Amino acid sequence: MRSQLARFAVRRVLSMVFVLFAVSVLVFLIFNVLPGGDPAVRMAGKAHTETQVEAIREEWGFDEPLYVQYGTMMKKLFTGDMISYFTEVSVTEEIRKGAPRTFALAIGAAIIWMAFAIALGVYSALRAGRISDRVLTVLALIGISMPAFWLGAILSYYLGYKAGIFPNGGYVEFLVSPTEWLWHLILPWFTLSILFIGFYSRVLRSDILETMGEDYVRTARAKGLSERRVMLKHVLRNSLIPIITLWGLDFGAVLGGGAILTETVFNLQGVGQYFADAIGQLDLPPIMAVTMFGAFFIVIFNTVVDIAYAALDPRIRLEGGSKA
Amino acid sequence: MSEAGRVPTLLEVHDLEVSFNTEDGVVRAVDGVGLELKSDEVLAVVGESGSGKSVTALTMMGLTRGPNASISGTAHFEGTELIGASDEELRRVRGNRMSMIFQDPMSSLNPVYRVGAQIVEQIRAHRDVSATEARQRAVELLDAVGIPDPGIRVDAYPHELSGGMRQRAMIAMALSLDPSLLIADEPTTALDVTIQAQLIELLRKLNEERDLSIVLITHDIGVVAEIADRVAVMYAGRIVEQGTLDEVFYDPQHPYTWGLLGSLTRIDRPRPDRLPQIPGMPPSLLEPPVGCHFRPRCPHAFDRCQSVPDLNTRLPEAPAHFDRCFLSPEQKRERREVGDGT
Amino acid sequence: MTASRDEEILGSPGTEFSLDAPAELAHDPAERPGLGPWRLTARRLRRNKMALAFGVVFIALVAACLAAPLWADNVAHTSAEENHLSDTIVLDGKTTNVVDLLGKPIGPTWGGEFFLGADGNGRDIMVRLLYGGRNSLLVGISAALGTILMGLVLGLLAGYSRGPVDSVISRAMDVLWAFPVILLGVAIGTVLAVQGLELGPLTLESDSLLIPILIISVIYIPYLARPVRGQVLAIREREFIEAARAQGMGSARIVFTEVLPNVASTLVVFLPLMIANAILLEAALSFLGAGIQPPNPSWGTMIAEGVERIISAPHLAIVPGAMLVLTVLSLNVFGEGVRDALDPRARVRIEH
Repeated sequence: MRSQLARFAVRRVLSMVFVLFAVSVLVFLIFNVLPGGDPAVRMAGKAHTETQVEAIREEWGFDEPLYVQYGTMMKKLFTGDMISYFTEVSVTEEIRKGAPRTFALAIGAAIIWMAFAIALGVYSALRAGRISDRVLTVLALIGISMPAFWLGAILSYYLGYKAGIFPNGGYVEFLVSPTEWLWHLILPWFTLSILFIGFYSRVLRSDILETMGEDYVRTARAKGLSERRVMLKHVLRNSLIPIITLWGLDFGAVLGGGAILTETVFNLQGVGQYFADAIGQLDLPPIMAVTMFGAFFIVIFNTVVDIAYAALDPRIRLEGGSKA
Repeated sequence: MSEAGRVPTLLEVHDLEVSFNTEDGVVRAVDGVGLELKSDEVLAVVGESGSGKSVTALTMMGLTRGPNASISGTAHFEGTELIGASDEELRRVRGNRMSMIFQDPMSSLNPVYRVGAQIVEQIRAHRDVSATEARQRAVELLDAVGIPDPGIRVDAYPHELSGGMRQRAMIAMALSLDPSLLIADEPTTALDVTIQAQLIELLRKLNEERDLSIVLITHDIGVVAEIADRVAVMYAGRIVEQGTLDEVFYDPQHPYTWGLLGSLTRIDRPRPDRLPQIPGMPPSLLEPPVGCHFRPRCPHAFDRCQSVPDLNTRLPEAPAHFDRCFLSPEQKRERREVGDGT
Repeated sequence: MTASRDEEILGSPGTEFSLDAPAELAHDPAERPGLGPWRLTARRLRRNKMALAFGVVFIALVAACLAAPLWADNVAHTSAEENHLSDTIVLDGKTTNVVDLLGKPIGPTWGGEFFLGADGNGRDIMVRLLYGGRNSLLVGISAALGTILMGLVLGLLAGYSRGPVDSVISRAMDVLWAFPVILLGVAIGTVLAVQGLELGPLTLESDSLLIPILIISVIYIPYLARPVRGQVLAIREREFIEAARAQGMGSARIVFTEVLPNVASTLVVFLPLMIANAILLEAALSFLGAGIQPPNPSWGTMIAEGVERIISAPHLAIVPGAMLVLTVLSLNVFGEGVRDALDPRARVRIEH
């Protein structure tokens, strides 16, 4: 058992390192091999001379072979010395500023979407086929059919600008004012959550209905357990497993850049928005750093999910490698 | 026979009807079933899948109740009327005085809980005992049903046990509150032949040693021969023949029973694990045939079979042997000899 | 852990179950033997009126977008790109500027020209909506088909050949899976939008629709390739494959005649939901400037422009957004109906 766990840990860590390495190489190649990627030309501005470009190339080391450039970039990434090509501001510093905002958005939204999804999914399953279930089904499907940035803009316009209930975007530090912090995050949280509430509640509903047809639920009733206990301990316990694993994967994805649209629409100045701002100028260092930041969380949460899954379902054994 | 009157009746079912509303229409799964079970008796209910035998059993337990089911009739069990009982009354009976085990022991146990915990859960649902006590009882039960190392297996997850062990664990769970009735719904169907024999042996032992009455639902005639005191044969929602094991096996009265028994007489050949072939398909319970349900497949059908035969005694020498066929006893004897499984 | 969980989450062959009647009864009357799985699916789908209704809505939306030139030429008398900044039209007997002096465009006239109003450049929104729909739908449908084709080939290859080919493909899928989807799309999209792409004989203009199509279809490959691979791995072990091999069938033939029909249901379930998600991703990419490039209209670019001017002219954001939601919703409802009819346990997890 212990050696199995150790093998899992070792293989998994190796696999994560490989994936992160591959992601970084891919990003680097996108910006250096595809046309339009030559940063020196862009940095020199619209009206540039060949000499200016050459000077920039030399100064920033763009004349070095690609693998040297890649090596330098990764070294800077890990030492925290990376700076933007254009603003020359420290990338590490920007991410350090943006990360708490992204975390606040992602964590709050994850709690909201899970709570709503469980409530609605359970309710819908218990009323399967009735009017209330149908209404919830339609709402859930509308929820997964809306682009987050559009929904965010509409909510922000009607509830923020027009009705004046919520602030019109922006972020306030928790330590500056907890109530303002909360007030500024409510619309972004729900904007980000709608899709997941819709999707998870549908998944949970169908899992509950499926589980209610399982033989072991019939056994639980045959044992003379109360209906409440049958539903909680046997039906819900087992049907929550899939959405808990989804939750982990999606939380990782949201931390890892999935909130870029919501951050941008509400001007939260998180890591995702930092990426969105950098992409317009094809500013590789922030792009590389944010992508690695995101990939890191995605990979970590993939592993967390596998461990959680094995803990929740004793039939699953942890094996090495990643989940392919 | 003379003694039979003194043995108390444990379960008495009359005119049980169960139908389900489905998308395609109303399915009459059980159509006027009556059963009687004495204390310490093993009653085998035999029939093909879809004959309504499982639905009958599940209905006793209240497990067919639902918005799409309509259930009528009576079922008296130890002074409780099961069909009319409230959900809460029924909950207190099941798992306590009356237990049930099912066909597939893999899917019948919750995969995410340890076997012992699932037994403890049942004990504590009915008795106010401590978790430690209940666990101790679970170990004893696992031991009693022949699970080796019960002290270790009590903490095993279902998937860590073999099929036979799982079914033994199910039986242990069913016995945890010393019920007077065990309903076993195809308990051996999903298992290997050798394991089947061991489990039937276990059920017989429990029947003898623990005064446990058993209703055994099966399509396996061989199993019936080994354990049953009395037999009820079901076809398309109705009981077509009922009597003691000997009566039904050695003097079968209904043409459907002849077909069922057809292969059993050939002890020189391996027993097929499915029912012997009777030409044709069981009828759809959405639109059952008029009159005798077996009529479309019956080579002996005649005009009267357009109406439903009662479940009657038709043999003066065997007052407890019932059947649902219009043929006279003489006709039956004659045709059975000719058509008998050869 | 791995194939097992993916299958559970992402879809596996499932069985119908009935909540109310015990299984033996539920199956028998409703599903007589002899009804093939596809006929059965068609039968179940026919009963799902809501799914069918939304299927019709989607077809109507596609038809409307295809008929864009009819509306443009005969009703609106303008094109998708034509500006009418200094034009006036007669509304309720009054002459009105299409775009007033403060830059505020007119709202819906609900008739003929500027049926749904004008945008900041005085372009007819209705016309742009229809032409933009063509682009959005074209990108969405092509990208979904591209994903299905590539995901299917990779999934089949990985699952059927196993060994090193499987390792390489699976590692690649891991990398793609770990990539923050939208960051990857935005990065490639923006780079290509600057200058287009020249790969040997293949030249892509920077505003070519092929760029978002390619990006979206590549990004979503793992979402299909993984479940297909898992299914193929499972199918490989089944007896009929053994039998086919014993008969001397070659690998390619086995894949086409035995394996492919068995993963077909996954593909069918995937297609409408994939189109829906591709349309949404196109919109997201366009919003971040990495999708369809202006002045090409698309619902995504129209929403992006609308969001910027939402305070002065909210209809600029609402109209294309509502159209997009209606389209995606119709695909999702119809797709769910298909899934319920064909393979109720299948799950398609897609981010956007």
